[in-house]
Amino acid sequence: MLCKRIIPCLDVAEGRTVKGIRFQELRDVGDPVEQACAYQSQGADELVFLDISATNEGREAMLNAVEAVAARLMMPFTVGGGVSSVERASRLLERGADKVAVNTAAVERPELIDEIASCNGSQCCILAIDARRKGSSWEVLTHGGRRSSGRDAFEWAKEAVSRGAGEILLTSWDRDGTLSGFDLNLTRIFSTGLPVPVIASGGAAGPEHFLKVFKEARADAALAASIFHDGRFTVREIKEELKRNGVEVRL
Amino acid sequence: MREIDLVAVGGNLGSIRRAFERLGVKMRTVLRSCDFSGDRPVVLPGVGAFGATMNSLERTGLSPCIVGAVKAGMPFLGVCVGMQLLFDSSEESPGVRGLGIIPGEVVRFSRGKVPQIGWNMIEPARPGLEAGYAYFVNSFHCVPRDPEAVLYRGNYHGRFCAAVARDNVTAYQFHPEKSMEFGQGLLGRWVDAL
Repeated sequence: MLCKRIIPCLDVAEGRTVKGIRFQELRDVGDPVEQACAYQSQGADELVFLDISATNEGREAMLNAVEAVAARLMMPFTVGGGVSSVERASRLLERGADKVAVNTAAVERPELIDEIASCNGSQCCILAIDARRKGSSWEVLTHGGRRSSGRDAFEWAKEAVSRGAGEILLTSWDRDGTLSGFDLNLTRIFSTGLPVPVIASGGAAGPEHFLKVFKEARADAALAASIFHDGRFTVREIKEELKRNGVEVRL
Repeated sequence: MREIDLVAVGGNLGSIRRAFERLGVKMRTVLRSCDFSGDRPVVLPGVGAFGATMNSLERTGLSPCIVGAVKAGMPFLGVCVGMQLLFDSSEESPGVRGLGIIPGEVVRFSRGKVPQIGWNMIEPARPGLEAGYAYFVNSFHCVPRDPEAVLYRGNYHGRFCAAVARDNVTAYQFHPEKSMEFGQGLLGRWVDAL
């Protein structure tokens, strides 16, 4: 049986992993290679690197970090953040990333998904959606959550899948950073309504949140950052608790 | 240093190259028939569609080289689409003929989310092998006509063939180069047996 995946996320600026609250007050916390290897030995199933560099130099540094990470990891990893062209996507993949995640640029020009998928395959094209509740549905936010696109999140996900997105990374903007658990309603609607895997994100603070997002919301994978960075739980601790509760995980 | 021909017909081959280099193997990139040595073991990875990859093998003249090397008894390893290409045909690309090295066809998963993405436990179909978790990214899976060709099985809403081995040919549907120590161990044993 296919395992549920636990995916730590690392924010990277200028080639260094950083930590902050919603991209504010960033501080340097380390070397991406070291942190990636630490998560790998904890039993992470994949990793996501989110490049939040604001400069061209920073994006060049990201390419070097990707190459260094790829040399050491024996599991897949994804790079998101600033993937605005098929050329950028291809460069990241050539340097060793297994998948790229597109977000704002794809909302602005949806053909980007077709281009990346036809050039490199659907399996390496993840659509990241930052979703914020609006009445009984969710709207798509762009630019790191700073702008509303006016698009319905579920409709956008369906369109992206038809264009070739192979997975959806779904972040609840209402829950992100709140430590109050994943948005189960949001995740369930996407995970049961889409034909591709859905990675739930935003709000995880403990093993019970992961258990619920897999058992009740039927997520295929779950992503979290601060719970792992802060050392409150290791990936292995989360997975052991999931296994005790009957969720299939790789241990 | 041991040398292997790596058939590079598309997709990201960096990770499989690195996995072999960790084992102390030198990978020689093969882009067209004139690069093909004919006297080295062959690795055929592959990401992308069955038809497009098969067309590349035909266009570059590599298709007859690969078939000839396999017939001559050269050790051969296929990975992902590189496994599927060994078969006669695929539902992914109707009308395109595969390499026809292992009789059978490639079919689409009929249940669950497609593609299958992630870690799945594979169980050996022969004695002396270990079960383990392997990383898969596939919408299609191989159905060998001869069940004896199956080396590993997985379960994705039903049993499927995760690896085949016959004579000098071994092929994995999953990505050993992305499957942690288990995958690295499989590649290591293949290299040790060369």
